[in-house]
Amino acid sequence: MAWYERNKQNITTTNNEKREIPEGIWHQCESCRTVTLVKDFIQDKYTCHSCGHHERIGSKEYFELLFDNKEYTPLITNLKSRDFLNFVDTKPYIERLENTRKKTGLDEATAVAHGKIEGMDLVISAMDFDFIGGSMGSVMGEKMAKAIDYAIQHRCAFMIISQSGGARMMESSLSLMQMAKVSAKLTQLAAAKLPYFSLLTNPTTGGVSASFAMLGDINMAEPKALVGFAGARVIKETIRVKELPENFQSAESNLENGFVDMIVDRKKLRCQLAELLRYWQHL
Amino acid sequence: MHFLDFEQPLEELQKLISDIQKNESIDDISKAESLQLLGQQYKTKQEKIYQNLSPWQKVQVARHPERPYSLYYISQICEQFTELHGDRNFRDDKAIIGGLGIIDGQTVMVIGHQKGENIKARQFRNFGMPNPEGYRKALRLMKMAERFNMPIVCLIDTPGAYPGIEAEERGQSQAIAQNLFEMAKLQVPIISVIIGEGASGGALGIGVGNRVLMLENTWYTVISPEACAAILWRSSEHKVKAAEALKLTANDALNLGIIDKIIPEPLGGAHSDPSTAATLLKTEILAQLAQLKPLSTTELVSQRIAKYEAMGQFDYKEA
Ligand SMILES: [Zn+2]
Repeated sequence: MAWYERNKQNITTTNNEKREIPEGIWHQCESCRTVTLVKDFIQDKYTCHSCGHHERIGSKEYFELLFDNKEYTPLITNLKSRDFLNFVDTKPYIERLENTRKKTGLDEATAVAHGKIEGMDLVISAMDFDFIGGSMGSVMGEKMAKAIDYAIQHRCAFMIISQSGGARMMESSLSLMQMAKVSAKLTQLAAAKLPYFSLLTNPTTGGVSASFAMLGDINMAEPKALVGFAGARVIKETIRVKELPENFQSAESNLENGFVDMIVDRKKLRCQLAELLRYWQHL
Repeated sequence: MHFLDFEQPLEELQKLISDIQKNESIDDISKAESLQLLGQQYKTKQEKIYQNLSPWQKVQVARHPERPYSLYYISQICEQFTELHGDRNFRDDKAIIGGLGIIDGQTVMVIGHQKGENIKARQFRNFGMPNPEGYRKALRLMKMAERFNMPIVCLIDTPGAYPGIEAEERGQSQAIAQNLFEMAKLQVPIISVIIGEGASGGALGIGVGNRVLMLENTWYTVISPEACAAILWRSSEHKVKAAEALKLTANDALNLGIIDKIIPEPLGGAHSDPSTAATLLKTEILAQLAQLKPLSTTELVSQRIAKYEAMGQFDYKEA
């Protein structure tokens, strides 16, 4: 668990607005249990200085750590999920949405922002795993579709930061269709000759990995991120094995198998994006 | 004949009918009379059962072991068909078949999931669960169709893309994703028809189209009812509940706007009269082809993208 406080406001932030970090608060790495000062942990972009573990962070953290001066404009903020099937499992979907909104301060599982990286424009759609597992519903698809329209209109590069278990079952077939919807919109971005960067973070699975997440002109992954189509439990049951190979569905094996271009340490992500964006400045 | 659990009254009637047929102590005239009466009863009962199928029962019909599969429909619909094999990269997947066909004098590329008719064939076809090379073969054939301006017909019938170690290592996600991307911009008409099971990304991977149709007793959604129940209710026992909640029937799909039309099946489901089912399918494919053929390549692509762009339901926040 993280012991730091998150700024819940989703508005354009400026240089002057500093995080309030209480003194003497420590962070313990989820992976190796090393304890560090929260301010050092944040300085390291929420990665462990000892083992390199990348703790999961949300859309706001990515926007702040990537955009110049932490300045960005949130886009497409007027959408909210609708319980159009009156879906009830162990809890009604509508209740799940309400509780999640209250608990996380987020309005959906993806947020879109336009900002600059070393002065170069980039539109990012970043997911929040805290919002129903980053699941892909109608709002996610619509936000991405509109973000792509915006990128085309303003001649910006586009990026999706994925962290999702896949489709949102409570929206059933319409969640499935978001795979086709966003993929179709990406053909328009490609036709406009604008680059699309896909960053796969932990986890990127199911319908998200089987659509836009794998379609980057450049696919990047965070170290050790789980990236795959089927869940481990389903695979074990289908092929009747108890254990799966070491590093199976890891970012590293995806690099080895040829499905991502590079693994990027989060501390170097901003720098890496700037390096890439520069190629499109010199055409 | 294989009867599903809810078809038990039909099974009983069928047993009675064959008993009478075999009975030599009844004279021919009364035999004919009883058989006619029972035949009518059978039909009435069948009609009643099939008019009120629950979502779960439709899932059962879609999985009926005697249900016609892609290659059967192709044999009935096409004047000639030549199967083409392999993704030109790794292997020939057996769970997706494809090739050139002529329907009513028009050359088309036909691609479909394929299940097996018996235990051996089912294993050979991997139960209709494709590996990445299946999706890549499909894409190769679709690109070829585009090159020669041939319309594409996809027949969908899969319990899902195969969840195996090697499938993952060869990029199941990437293969499906690539098809979604490429199918969106193919410059020829695409007609996709769910003829059995339409499970998730495994179905959508050959399912993007200008027209998407469903046979009456099929299902199409994001996850199988069993898997959905296992995740949301923590037990696959709740599959009936999940089938209802998922709104996975053809009627639901039409209401949600994910398909354009339902193709009726003969009474008692496609398996009870496969040849009529094939005729109904052929008629609809031809009707859709006639509508799509006059469209320009630009119109075809923009119609297809606009169709998917419109999918989704959400609210706008109050200002
Ligand atoms: Zn650590």
